[in-house]
Amino acid sequence: MSIPEPEITPVNAPHWQGLREGRLMIQRCTKCGHHWMPAREDCPSCLHDGYEWVQASGRGRLVSWVVYHTAFNKAFAGRVPYSVAVVELEEGARAITNIVNWRDGLRADQPVELAIEEEDGVALARFRAV
Amino acid sequence: MSLRGKTVIAGIGHTKFGALPGRSTISMNVEACRKALADAGVEKGMVDALYVKYPTSAYESKYGQTLAEAMGLRPRIGGVWDQAGASNASMISFAAMAIEAGQCEIALVAASDNPKSGTRQAYEKVRNGDGVASYGWFGIAPGYAMIARRHMAQYGTTHEQLGAVAVVCRANGADNPNAQLRKAITLDEYLASRWIAEPLRRDDCCLVSDSGGAVVVMSARRAKELKVKAPVPILGFGQGQTSWEVAQRPDLTATEAVVSGKTAFKMAGLAPKDIDVAQIYDCFTITPILTLEDYGFCKKGEGGPFVASGAIARGGALPMNTSGGLLSETGMPGMQLVIEGVRQMRGEANLQVKGAETCIVSNQGGVMHTHSTLILGQRL
Repeated sequence: MSIPEPEITPVNAPHWQGLREGRLMIQRCTKCGHHWMPAREDCPSCLHDGYEWVQASGRGRLVSWVVYHTAFNKAFAGRVPYSVAVVELEEGARAITNIVNWRDGLRADQPVELAIEEEDGVALARFRAV
Repeated sequence: MSLRGKTVIAGIGHTKFGALPGRSTISMNVEACRKALADAGVEKGMVDALYVKYPTSAYESKYGQTLAEAMGLRPRIGGVWDQAGASNASMISFAAMAIEAGQCEIALVAASDNPKSGTRQAYEKVRNGDGVASYGWFGIAPGYAMIARRHMAQYGTTHEQLGAVAVVCRANGADNPNAQLRKAITLDEYLASRWIAEPLRRDDCCLVSDSGGAVVVMSARRAKELKVKAPVPILGFGQGQTSWEVAQRPDLTATEAVVSGKTAFKMAGLAPKDIDVAQIYDCFTITPILTLEDYGFCKKGEGGPFVASGAIARGGALPMNTSGGLLSETGMPGMQLVIEGVRQMRGEANLQVKGAETCIVSNQGGVMHTHSTLILGQRL
């Protein structure tokens, strides 16, 4: 069973298009410079309604992670155990992601780097712990 | 003007806990309200406020009015609260404020859900965030597991310390004739329990239950006029909310129990050292550890050693979840903790803490998105 596809909207389309082209695109406020994920129309820091899409460096740190042994969605029934993690990008934005080498052992605050992978036709912003 | 002790919980009522197939949430709410009114000795016709937590499993518009119709009530004030597990203590707080503001005199506060026999669809939904389903981010337990992992990394919290919470709650539930799960466990049995979302095991997770619970709130003055037999004063209350989803929260292990507890303690004029018994929201074992440290019962980061020290067990400095909590009595999100707090303050709990004069109750919702605290005093 395929993984659920993201719902592409006019607001988030540049993020998902960027991943297909091998880049992690995130939003930056044109007023205060705050970076954020996931995509939204207004800056959650200063509430300004202007933003630009910028390419993230792809470097960040591992905040926390879990290992699913139970599938909470049937698309993942054949994928357990799998890991989901929270990564903080160098730019400050935070992402829900997967760490591709989680089986090698992880530690909190470990540096991570972008490792875009395509699964079931969806390009995903996964990370590798380094 | 402090509201300390101005209002009381005058009556409590609840359904059976467990699998109650065929029972609607409306019917369970009515049963709980009927029992709470009888317990308070109050006629239905005197009720002029109705606050209800909507059933998390299945959203329904205007649920409060549907329940009011089922009970033939015309509330002057009330509503449906959507703070998940924090709703009950919050609704009691709002009822207390409405009473003191002259908006109503006698309030029913109720909650019911039937995730065990009815739908559990709401619990299987994707967590908020663009495309997170593609990364496999589903479920409530994994949200708490994400927080637990960070707490372990930040403070050295261990599996054995998480297990200490389960062992205490399960032991208390085993002795509670009304509990859904009456099976004590040892730490070794806990450690052998299967993973759900590592670092959380099955025995870290609360029960799934059909249930209903309700309380009657009125002013202390009114309770005296009506000769309510065992009114329990509300000494303090407070709330706190964060809107960030787990991933977005700047500090995964800082919870709204800090501000909620501080507000409640200030109103009550009390400090953690003055509390005799605690009913702490235990949807997952990590939750009481975080709540106890954020309330100030121990230093930040020392919740693990605190729960493993015996402090929360029977005979400890702060006996916790004396009826079994969400882990053993019923997975009902929070009202059972208020009800057990009232029993303790009446001196009629199953595992009564001798001489207990103060009880703190925590309610907590979402993945630590919302928090609400009540501090109860000994019956008038």
